[in-house]
Amino acid sequence: MFRIDGRRTAAILASIATFAALTACGAKTTDDAAPAAGAAIDTAGDTVKVGLLNSLSGTMAISEVTVRDSLQLAIEEINAAGGVLGKKIQAVSEDGASDWPTFAEKSQKLISEDKVAAVFGCWTSASRKAVKPVFEKNKSLLFYPVQYEGLEQSPYIFYTGATTNQQIVPGLDYLKAQGKTSVYLVGSDYVFPRTANKIIKAYAEANGMKVLGEDYAPLGSTEFSTIVNKVKASGASAVFNTLNGDSNVAFFKEYKSAGLTAEGMPVVSVSIAEEEVKSIGTQYLAGQLTAWNYYQTTEGAANEKFVAAYKKKYGADKPTSDPMEAAYVSVYLWKAMVEKAGSFDVEKVKGAADGITFDAPEGKVTVDGATQHISKTARIGKIGDDGLIKEVWNSGQPIKPDPYLKGYSWAGGLA
Amino acid sequence: MTYLKKPLVGFGIAAVLLFVVAPVALGDFRLNLLAKYLCFAIIAVGIGLAWGRGGMLTLGQGVFFGLGGYAMAMHLKLADAGPGSMPDFMMLYGQLDELPWWWKPFANPIFALAATILLPMFVALLLGLLIFRRRVRGAYFAILSQALCAAFAILLIGQQGTTGGTNGLTDIQGFFGYDLNDPVNRRMIYFIIAGSLLAVLALTWQLNRSRYGELLVAVRDGEERVRFLGYDPANVKLVAYVAAAGMAGLAGALFVPAVGIISPAMIGVVPSIEFVIGVAVGGRASLVGPALGAIAVAWAKTALSEKVPSAWTYFEGLLFILPIVFLPGGLASLAGMIRRRRAVVVDNPPAPVEKTPVEVTT
Repeated sequence: MFRIDGRRTAAILASIATFAALTACGAKTTDDAAPAAGAAIDTAGDTVKVGLLNSLSGTMAISEVTVRDSLQLAIEEINAAGGVLGKKIQAVSEDGASDWPTFAEKSQKLISEDKVAAVFGCWTSASRKAVKPVFEKNKSLLFYPVQYEGLEQSPYIFYTGATTNQQIVPGLDYLKAQGKTSVYLVGSDYVFPRTANKIIKAYAEANGMKVLGEDYAPLGSTEFSTIVNKVKASGASAVFNTLNGDSNVAFFKEYKSAGLTAEGMPVVSVSIAEEEVKSIGTQYLAGQLTAWNYYQTTEGAANEKFVAAYKKKYGADKPTSDPMEAAYVSVYLWKAMVEKAGSFDVEKVKGAADGITFDAPEGKVTVDGATQHISKTARIGKIGDDGLIKEVWNSGQPIKPDPYLKGYSWAGGLA
Repeated sequence: MTYLKKPLVGFGIAAVLLFVVAPVALGDFRLNLLAKYLCFAIIAVGIGLAWGRGGMLTLGQGVFFGLGGYAMAMHLKLADAGPGSMPDFMMLYGQLDELPWWWKPFANPIFALAATILLPMFVALLLGLLIFRRRVRGAYFAILSQALCAAFAILLIGQQGTTGGTNGLTDIQGFFGYDLNDPVNRRMIYFIIAGSLLAVLALTWQLNRSRYGELLVAVRDGEERVRFLGYDPANVKLVAYVAAAGMAGLAGALFVPAVGIISPAMIGVVPSIEFVIGVAVGGRASLVGPALGAIAVAWAKTALSEKVPSAWTYFEGLLFILPIVFLPGGLASLAGMIRRRRAVVVDNPPAPVEKTPVEVTT
């Protein structure tokens, strides 16, 4: 069937092989790694660059653009007040495009081409996991502003969103205190919900709560009749919801049309903030619960200032939410660390991190140098008819971060 | 003689560009990006063969790319973890006591390397036998490939404990004993990828000009006629389909050390369509068109998103539409078009077209 004159092809292949063999080889993994120099940071001139890495296109754009806006607000405020160590911050924005390898590519670009002092951004755990090796390899800093599933502690990431013991565990404590004895778990099919539910099941077992079911919908799925029917049939006393994005719209519509109510079977959501409430519609959400560390309605002068500044810059109808606040705080925390260290050098900034405090819109936060997370006050909120979330319970004081849940005996087998 | 020498000159130029000019002109970061683009070019050569030459619109190359990529990443993860240990994410998400059985063979480097190419080819063979024997063609074939992509991505996401779920397999440190953090080794990866692309081009070129190549084009243009001549079109198509799958698998395997991550996001419906768009932009029926198109599209994606991070997707859309509307043969047809234009100018005034009525015999 074939009549292949292979001589020329063979010649080409041979020359390719020779060429490949000639290229020198570098260090082996078994070699003792010489401590590589930290990331080069461009501090020449009177500006210092930082990277903003958010999805500006794709499915995550709706959430991540608000984080980018909030980061820019913080940078503007800091520049207006004189900058950091006398230098104005220059933000370089890159689009992660809701695609994990793109996040890795763009973070490498920010580090090696723009020589930024730090990068702020990422939302999904998948994007954080994709960029984590890039930051570790280049010894450069990432500030990650979103609540996540814990079980991580990279030396080159600062986590300014909640870890599980600052959001999910207090949410469960609240349900338990309300006398709820059984829960049904509904989540999107990716890492955060699956890991969060693992933690919830361990908690439930230790606290005499029953988990009556666990269902996952693909990210972006809008078909919930089966899941809602299962939830209804289970007769659980509450639902723990880790759905993300658009799926929430379909889920809550289905929930209401199945005759389930916030009074009869409340839903605690950990991914629905003010922005999402607006897009889902308050008629479906009024009375349902959320677990976060910040609401637009959180009391305090720092929050009044933040909300007013945000609305002035982006419009009166734009709400502020927990991840936006955590992003805003992350820039100020970085500034405080740099000023304490007296340098933009990554290792010095890390060294200066422990004990840094900031009067954030959510209340006072403190950086824990050991875990590079921050202490945060847990707040359970109830969604009101006006689309805002009102706090119904808080932890009273900031909770120390515990990403591996070492302080909880029931979480022994998790990490 | 010219037909003998021209391709060799072309390969020579491509080799000089890839092995000498690019490494000198580009910094470590850009060279690494080029390595990624070249991986897409390798898939594109396969799509050019299956679609351009064979008329099979393969909208599901992501599956084969993913199989190759995961096979490689599984081996590298196991090698990073060291003998007897499990990859980090399994402990985090899976809480498994031991390695799943289907991971175990990938600890062997030779098995893993062979699997990166042979596994996709084997899957393509099984699928192809089913599809082509039953004479599934055209839109049905395209829909089937898409469905397969979606199913594979959903399967990977669902098995978080053993596949890494949406995160995919990340944080790969070494490549067969070489530390990937060392820029020299990253350069070596680039050379391996560039060499692989040239090898794939050479093989495809050989295939195109063999008797089989003629037969493949004949099947594309008149499958029934070829059948009546006594050939089995199903077998002819199968060879091109399996070869394209092997190339996609190879590209996936090389993508992993170059980019350091493989995830379901690279496998699903959207990336599979993006692979095909690169081929369409470049010119699907030519040899180098698909490769150049894939590189051009990937490069444009990076460049546009760096220049206008908040509006680049509109430009990208425009980039896809314009060549397809105004240059249906892709970028590769540009040279021919310019040549024709020039010929027209030289022969000025153009010879009047003879208006002889077409004879119709009834």
